[in-house]
Amino acid sequence: MPKELIQLRDCVMQYGDDVILDHINLYINDKEFLTLLGPSGCGKTTTLRIIGGFLSPTSGDVLFDGTRINDVPPYKRMVNTVFQRYALFPHLNVFENVAFGLRMGETVIGEGNARYKKKIPESEIQKRVLEMLEVVNLKGFEKRSITALSGGQQQRVAIARALVNRPKVLLLDEPLGALDMRLRKDMQIELKRIQQEMEITFIYVTHDQEEALAMSDTVVVMDGGKIQQIGTPEDIYNEPKNAFVADFIGESNIIDGIMRADGVVEIFNRKFQCLDKGFGKDEPVDVVIRPEDIDIVAEDQGQLKGTVTSVTFKGVHYDTIVDFYGFKWLIQTTDFCPEGSRIGIKIDPDGFHVMKKSKYSGMFGDYSSYSEEYDEINDPTLLDQAEEEGTDDEE
Amino acid sequence: MKNKRALFAVPYVVWMAIIVVIPILIMAVYSITTEEGQLTTENFTGMGLYLSVFTRSFWLAIIATVISLLIGYPVAYWMSKEGPGFQRVAMALIMLPMWINFLLRTYAWMSILENNGLLNQLFQVLGIIKLYNAVTGQNIEYFQMIRTPGAVVLGMVYNYISFMILPIYSVLSKLDHSLVEAAQDLGADSFEVFRRVILPLSLPGVLSGVTMVFVPAVSTFAISRLLGGGTEMMLGDLIENQFLGGAYNPHLGAAISMVMMVIVLVCMVVMNHFGEGEEQAVML
Repeated sequence: MPKELIQLRDCVMQYGDDVILDHINLYINDKEFLTLLGPSGCGKTTTLRIIGGFLSPTSGDVLFDGTRINDVPPYKRMVNTVFQRYALFPHLNVFENVAFGLRMGETVIGEGNARYKKKIPESEIQKRVLEMLEVVNLKGFEKRSITALSGGQQQRVAIARALVNRPKVLLLDEPLGALDMRLRKDMQIELKRIQQEMEITFIYVTHDQEEALAMSDTVVVMDGGKIQQIGTPEDIYNEPKNAFVADFIGESNIIDGIMRADGVVEIFNRKFQCLDKGFGKDEPVDVVIRPEDIDIVAEDQGQLKGTVTSVTFKGVHYDTIVDFYGFKWLIQTTDFCPEGSRIGIKIDPDGFHVMKKSKYSGMFGDYSSYSEEYDEINDPTLLDQAEEEGTDDEE
Repeated sequence: MKNKRALFAVPYVVWMAIIVVIPILIMAVYSITTEEGQLTTENFTGMGLYLSVFTRSFWLAIIATVISLLIGYPVAYWMSKEGPGFQRVAMALIMLPMWINFLLRTYAWMSILENNGLLNQLFQVLGIIKLYNAVTGQNIEYFQMIRTPGAVVLGMVYNYISFMILPIYSVLSKLDHSLVEAAQDLGADSFEVFRRVILPLSLPGVLSGVTMVFVPAVSTFAISRLLGGGTEMMLGDLIENQFLGGAYNPHLGAAISMVMMVIVLVCMVVMNHFGEGEEQAVML
C-alpha cells in the first residue's frame, strides 16, 4: 500500500455564495503522477492553489505527510509550483532564476513541527543548478536572459527552477498550455521521464484529456467544484461513472437505455447483450458506446440500421456520422461509407458501458450538432481562455 | 514618404524646434560671447564664484529627491496593493493639489511656516514653545521655519512628490502578481519577495520618479525665493537674477544654464545606465 502524502479532507472553497470547491476529498500517494482534469471553472486550479498554499480552504483540512498544513505559508511548504505562464523572473538570468529557491535556503522541519530555513552553501547551489539545467536539457544556457528564450525553453527553466529545490511534490498548473502541439507532445514525454527519474509526486492540472490520459497514474475528473471520478486513465476511459466523464474523456455516443436484466440493456426498443451487472430491473440508464467500438456491416446484417449523414477523413480513420432513428452517432472506422448510404452496425457486448442516471444525463453524447461541436473542439481560442477561478490570495 | 501618418507629427516637430532647439542654440551662443559680441570663455571661467550656489542647489535637490523617494515608494506600494476603488481615490488625492497653481501652493506654505504663521500659532496654543523654552532654557517666541533650507526642501518635496509616486505606482500596479507567488513558492518570505522581486522590478519606476523630481528641484527658483526667503540662493535664483534681476548679465546666465543642463544630463545618463536594460525608464 503506497503512502498517502497529501490529503484533502472535506475541503470547501467559497466566495460569498459562489461555491468553487464542494466538499472535496482527495488522497494523493507519494511518487504518483496525478492529474486534475476538467473544464474551465471546475475547481482544479483552486485545488492546486490550496495545496500550494496560495489559498486557504473555507473549511476542511489539508494534510501533508500526516500534518495539518492549512496555516503553513507557501514559502514554508515542501511543495513547488510550475506556473501557468511560467512566472519567471525577468530581471534574472537563467542561472539565477533556477538558483532563486536555493538562495532562500532549505526548509527544515525541526522539533514540534517548527519550520525554519537552513542556508545552502554557494558551491552546492552552483552544483545543483547546473545539474538541474542538464536534466531539462538547458546546459550552457546559464547566462542567457529569460526574454531571449523560446516558450519551450522558458518552460524548461520553470520546471528546473521548481525541481532544483527537491520538493516532495511538484504542482503544475497547465504548464504546456502556451506551447504548440508538437512541443507539447515532446514535453509530455519529458515531464513523465523527469517525474520517474526524480521519484517525486506530480500534481498536474489540465483541461486537455489527451494529456491527462497520456501522462497520469491517476486522473481526477472534476466539474462544478466536485470530483466526478478518480481512477487510472484506463478506468476513466473504459468505465466512466457518468455522462459528463464519458463525454469529457474522448468521444462518446451516450444513449438513453433501460437495464432489462443483468447483462441485458435495451436501447431503441432492442435488447443488446452487455457485460454490466448490478442495476435494478428496468432501471433507466445512460449507455456509452465509444465510436471505435462500433463495426459497420451490411445493412441486412446490422443490429441497428441507419443512414450516413456525413463523413470526414481524419487520417487514420473516418469520422462517420450515422442517423439511427433520429439520433446521430459518431462512428470511427477505417471503412469508407459514402454520405447517404444505408448501413448496419454491430456492437460487441464489451462495447456497451452502462452508467447510472445523473444530473448530466441527456446533456452530452449527441452528435446532431456535430459540426458545431467539432468547430468548438478545434477552436484554440476557446481552449486557451485562461480560467479565472480563485482570486488573489489573502495576505 | 514611407509613412504618410508621419505628416501629423510635423506641427509638433516644428514647435519643438522653435521652442526647444533654437532657444538652446541661442543660449549656447550667448554663453560664449560678451556683450560686445566677441567670443570669450570668461563666462565659464568666472563661474567659480558661484560654486557654493551649485553645491547648495544640488545638495538640496538630492535631499528632496531622497525624501520624496522614501515617502513616495511606500505610498505607491501601498496604493498598488489596494482595491481599484481605493486606488482611484488615492490617485485623485495625489493629483488634486496639482490642479492648483504651483505658486499658490507655495504661498500657502509660506503662511503656514511663517514666524507668526499657522504652525507657530498652533505650537503656541499647544504650549509647545513654552515647553521648549522650559526644557532648553532658551527664550524663543517662535520656531524659525521659513527662510531655512528645510523649508526649501519641504517645498520641493511637497510640490514634486507626485512625480515620484505616479511612475512607481504605475510600475508596481502592472507587476505580474504570479511573480510574487512564484517567489513565495520558492521559499521567499515577504521581505525577500520585496528585496529580490518587487524592488528590482520597480527600478524603472524609481528611476523615472527620481529624474522627474530631481530635475525640477535642482532648477527651481520660486520655491527657494518664497520659502528660502532669498537667504538660500539656488541655481534657479542665480540664473533668474542674471536675466531679470539686478545683476543683469544674460551671457553669464546662459553659461550657468548650460553648465547646469550638462550636469543634469550627465546625472541622468549615469542613472539610466545604472538601471541598464530597463528601457522603460523615462528619460527627461
